[in-house]
Amino acid sequence: MAIVTQDNHGLRLAVRYLVLILVALVFMFPLVFMLVSSLKPTAQLLSDTSSLRAFLPVGDISLENYAAAFRRAPIGLFVFNSIFITLVTVCASLFLCSLAAFSFTYLNWKGNGIVLSVILATLIIPFETIAIPLLLWVSRLPWVGMEGIEFGWLNTYHVQIVPWIADALTVFLFVQFFKDLPRELIEAARAEGASWWQIYRRVVMPLSGPVLATAAILKSLKMYNEQYLWPLIVVQDEAHRPIMVGLGYFFQLNVAWGEVMAYLSVITIPVLAFYLVLQRAFIASIASTGVKG
Amino acid sequence: MASKLTTSNRTGWLFALPAVGLIALFIIVPFFLAFGFSLTNQRLISPNPTEYVGFENYESLLGLAVITLEPERDDGGNILRDEEGQPEYPRVRTITRSDDYPQYRGMREWFRWQSGDNARVVIAGDVIFMKALVNTLTFVFVVAPVQGGLALCLALLINQKLRGINVFRTVFFMPVVVSIVVVSLLWRFIYDGNDGLLNNILQGLTFGLFEPVDWLGNTDTALGSIIAMSIWQAVGFHMVIWLSGLQTISPTLYEAAEIEGASKWQAFRYVTWPGLRNTAVLVLIVITMQSFAVFAQVDVMTNGGPLDSTQTLVFQAVERGYGKQDISGGSTISVILFLVVLAISLLQRYLTREKA
Repeated sequence: MAIVTQDNHGLRLAVRYLVLILVALVFMFPLVFMLVSSLKPTAQLLSDTSSLRAFLPVGDISLENYAAAFRRAPIGLFVFNSIFITLVTVCASLFLCSLAAFSFTYLNWKGNGIVLSVILATLIIPFETIAIPLLLWVSRLPWVGMEGIEFGWLNTYHVQIVPWIADALTVFLFVQFFKDLPRELIEAARAEGASWWQIYRRVVMPLSGPVLATAAILKSLKMYNEQYLWPLIVVQDEAHRPIMVGLGYFFQLNVAWGEVMAYLSVITIPVLAFYLVLQRAFIASIASTGVKG
Repeated sequence: MASKLTTSNRTGWLFALPAVGLIALFIIVPFFLAFGFSLTNQRLISPNPTEYVGFENYESLLGLAVITLEPERDDGGNILRDEEGQPEYPRVRTITRSDDYPQYRGMREWFRWQSGDNARVVIAGDVIFMKALVNTLTFVFVVAPVQGGLALCLALLINQKLRGINVFRTVFFMPVVVSIVVVSLLWRFIYDGNDGLLNNILQGLTFGLFEPVDWLGNTDTALGSIIAMSIWQAVGFHMVIWLSGLQTISPTLYEAAEIEGASKWQAFRYVTWPGLRNTAVLVLIVITMQSFAVFAQVDVMTNGGPLDSTQTLVFQAVERGYGKQDISGGSTISVILFLVVLAISLLQRYLTREKA
């Protein structure tokens, strides 16, 4: 009897792993294909699709596609633009949204509750439904630049940064986190005569590592990966073009698939690397968006 | 919220103002501008002053009518038929351009069906908008249940206590961190009709029996292909949300169920599923909102084609508001989209409410 159940158990275990592996293959195959193909000459890439060689780095392997793609378009500039826009937005967002959440959570001011409700209500407005009026709006807004006041934000870095700094989800994440911090800490600091700014800076922020990581990851993914529609309509010049919009233009040049795969890999490898190193934090940050308020 | 420590109006406002101001300026103002512009003929750049036009934009988008066409008859009253034996009908133009029917002026045929000898023709003020609306709703009503359901299955798979399970979690989640723009271009190659990877894989699996399909070039398969790819990319996201819901269910409940002799299905039905209520509502609403916003896939893969079979509301809003610089037209579509999203999320909330 014991042996039979043992066998049965082994078989069931094998089936479970088989299911997991098959599902894993479904999620892996396009990405493996992309990375492997970026190393192959286009002719070989195309002929390899009819066999398992499509997923193996075999044959004529080189970085020539990468070199060719970088020669064809200023990909380095696009990468810089995207990283610059992402970094500035994320830093500003962490600072301003945490400061606002601090105020909503700990400070007693007139209208506090109502303003927070209005902010949270904006969660149901998908960005895509305000993109077009926002396009007109930013095309008329003033900006203080080198040559005094200018009107119109199109074709700049700040049009890709400023509208994305503050959002309801980030404020909400900080409010959720601050609510659970022990109040005694803040009361003690207050009793010792610390100003609100000092409490924010010296007491609350040092304790906020987890929520800062969560908010930073979510915002970075949004700014680097998902920024497409907005820069597509507000940035036409190449100097400020981010990497995803650059990809669209690159593809329209009708270049060989090998070079396209190289460009796709250039975009994707840094994010995948970050994800593989910080996967716990990545997954925790997504999970925390599911916490009901 | 817990009691505030002291009243501090000035500091409170000062700290909140930057973020609140930005949200007001870049989310709340454009939201109301959308409503305002939709009642005008606002253009991005125009020499003429903007005029208030009332609900004209909505009327031209939403205009819909059914007309009945009687077959053409010869002098003897017999129905004229074409070579295939189908009745011949007068052109729809004879009605939409006729002075006898001013209410149908400018409308075009959307689709028709046969009813006895007559043909019933649905004419629309804006056929492309109607197709975009139907495609978007199809996208949402397929993606929301399928992606939500698959994500739950994956979460249950990953929630097993097996050695190395974290590796699988890492893999299942991987497409989520890849940009939808990258994924769309990559799948353009996978879906290709000639050298496409999918056709080759399917041919390999069926030993050559499978007929290659031009997945994105065919009106029957284009939208479905975009749907499948979108689910592939995003399902890991909701798997993680389900997983965090699963982990809030107390293990003692499962132990109790086991002692009571519950089967696996019963344990799922009476312990797991009730414990996932709130998560289910959240997943459904989040997927619905994300699905209504579908844009990048269409822009990169099909540009709305073939024959408008993958047009979506956001794609149309952008094509008009940005492509044609028709801010009012784009805003009108945006407002309609927002109202649809709002109505459906309220409906979902109502249907999934806690029953007293």
